[in-house]
Amino acid sequence: MSTLEIKDLHVSIETEQGTKEILKGVSLIIRTGETHAIMGPNGSGKSTLASTIAGHPRYTVTSGTITLDGEDVLAMSVDERARAGVFLAMQYPVEVPGVTMTNFLRTAKTAIDGEAPKLRTWTKDVKDAMEKLRIDADFAQRNVNEGFSGGEKKRVEILQLELFKPKFAVLDETDSGLDVDALKIVSEGVNRAHSEGNMGTLLITHYTRILRYIKPDFVHVFVDGQVVEEGGPELADRLEEEGYDRYAKGAGAATVAAPAAAQA
Amino acid sequence: MTAEATTEKARIGAPSIAGFTEEGEHLVAAKVDRHHSHGTQVMASRAERLTSHDVADFALPNGREEEWRFTPVRELANLLADSPSEEGALGVSIEAPAAVIQRTLRSGEAPRGATLVPADRAAVVASANTADAQLISIPANAELDAPVRLVLTGNGAGRRSNSHLVIEAGANSRGVVIIEHDGTADHNGNVEVLVRDGAHLTVVSVQMWEGEAKHLAQHDAEVGKDAVYKHIAVTLGGRIVRLNSNVRFAGEGAEAELLGLYYADAGQHLEHRSFVDHNVGNCKSNVLYKGALQGKGAHTVWVGDVLIQKQAEGTDSYEKNQNLVLTDGCRADSVPNLEIETGLIEGAGHASATGRFDDEHLFYLMARGIPEDVARRLVVRGFLNEIIQQIKVPALEERLTEAVERELAASEN
Repeated sequence: MSTLEIKDLHVSIETEQGTKEILKGVSLIIRTGETHAIMGPNGSGKSTLASTIAGHPRYTVTSGTITLDGEDVLAMSVDERARAGVFLAMQYPVEVPGVTMTNFLRTAKTAIDGEAPKLRTWTKDVKDAMEKLRIDADFAQRNVNEGFSGGEKKRVEILQLELFKPKFAVLDETDSGLDVDALKIVSEGVNRAHSEGNMGTLLITHYTRILRYIKPDFVHVFVDGQVVEEGGPELADRLEEEGYDRYAKGAGAATVAAPAAAQA
Repeated sequence: MTAEATTEKARIGAPSIAGFTEEGEHLVAAKVDRHHSHGTQVMASRAERLTSHDVADFALPNGREEEWRFTPVRELANLLADSPSEEGALGVSIEAPAAVIQRTLRSGEAPRGATLVPADRAAVVASANTADAQLISIPANAELDAPVRLVLTGNGAGRRSNSHLVIEAGANSRGVVIIEHDGTADHNGNVEVLVRDGAHLTVVSVQMWEGEAKHLAQHDAEVGKDAVYKHIAVTLGGRIVRLNSNVRFAGEGAEAELLGLYYADAGQHLEHRSFVDHNVGNCKSNVLYKGALQGKGAHTVWVGDVLIQKQAEGTDSYEKNQNLVLTDGCRADSVPNLEIETGLIEGAGHASATGRFDDEHLFYLMARGIPEDVARRLVVRGFLNEIIQQIKVPALEERLTEAVERELAASEN
């Protein structure tokens, strides 16, 4: 079993108005086999957490730690984190000019595993995974994300998740922009990766609807850069009914409650 | 101008390339100057550009002329002077299959000078100072089993050389001619290409000059009825290279493809100009130049002119330039010009896009475990390979791929 531990994480970004603190002390422990949902309104810092775990250069960690089985993740470069077993399914996957999907997938797999995948089984693995995610075979010859629709890009993120088999996956609003059919297909992919690879999952979402297909073990509510409430799957049901309004209204009280919740 | 309307209709829906969206263009506008002729200036028709065999017709350019405005002319005094070649400045070796006829042509001796009429000062002094032009002639109906290979080696920085090469592909022949440039010199090289009816000819001009080499070139081709001509310019080395690749047609049903690949490092000025003159109806043309830039002062220029004359009904043409800017401090000028004098055409389009390999691309690839140097190579290699794989001469493709790899390796030091 592996553990991804985030302890009292403070993160800021540089804006035109100066330095802005986005995460104000976030603590989470995710073990392989567990699914954690992070929910919260827009601008609460959910995606910042995802990007910070992956090591996006825009975000500066001012204090706190992220460790993977005790190893200092923050000391690792972006590619080292991926090779250590952390995968970020991005909210807005970029188009990469000049690189075909086939070439990209094989290069990444080789980098992550430290050796080239066996050609015959690899080709079959890719083909099967693409079929399951209903990705057209001709995508393999297209450049990475080039001309893909929003939904296609998300499916391709999950394709990578299934092929690279990370220890921990951070899904940054993978559900946004997906219709119901696509949401189901993508969720099945995540569930396959979860059960086959005993993956730990950090599912970041604004809406509860993806939680109908991916069942979380834990739900954390994010408001203004902090975890304000934590619980089991029932918390998601409550959010479904009540929304995030009560946190916004009682922001003061919720903030006070946060450290206790984080330590729980 | 009816030209614009036709363009928009015909090609604006062409698939965009990743990282090369309109937005991508604007993104780099701050660092990379872009020039686009759309409605911003009234330009004389390309057809009105002076061409002449007489040196006296071309004054020394001062850099303000339309055709010289991007070029560092002040550094070209030696090349633009009406001077003979220095003894031994350029070594020439030729390998050719037995069927190929090799001889020299005096000034005015057919077929020299009919197709290539100098269009600028460099070209006119090059031909005027080449008493004997090299002819490479592929007989009618011959199908060459190996490429013709000319290696032009410069024997010293600043040493002036002039050359004029005439390539003739006889009717229905098939052949590939590779012109390689290496070493260093101040070289003025004209290439005149006659593609007779039904012939298929590929001309590859490879600029792998060293260090301080300066090279100006005019490559003109006339393509006969149902003939297919492909010209590929590959420019990797040299301090200043300016290569103009022009084509016109001698009969209907002809096809011309002008391709280019350039990779500019710090301090290099690599300029390519193409001109497709659709003077005959029912011909096809495609122009694609792709360039990469890295390092302070790396400067590339592409100016693509397409003229569809009034009588050229049924023309199908497209031109595109894409640049990939790898570091700050580079400048990519790109000017696609399209003039259309008839609406009765199959298609006419032009496109230009300059994109950056930016932090987001790098982050995406690295977030998949790919180290930074590998990520950069992956992108550039893929981008440029589209041109290399068009050469279809495996040995040369391999050498060029390796040369691009060396450029990439240099970017990491």
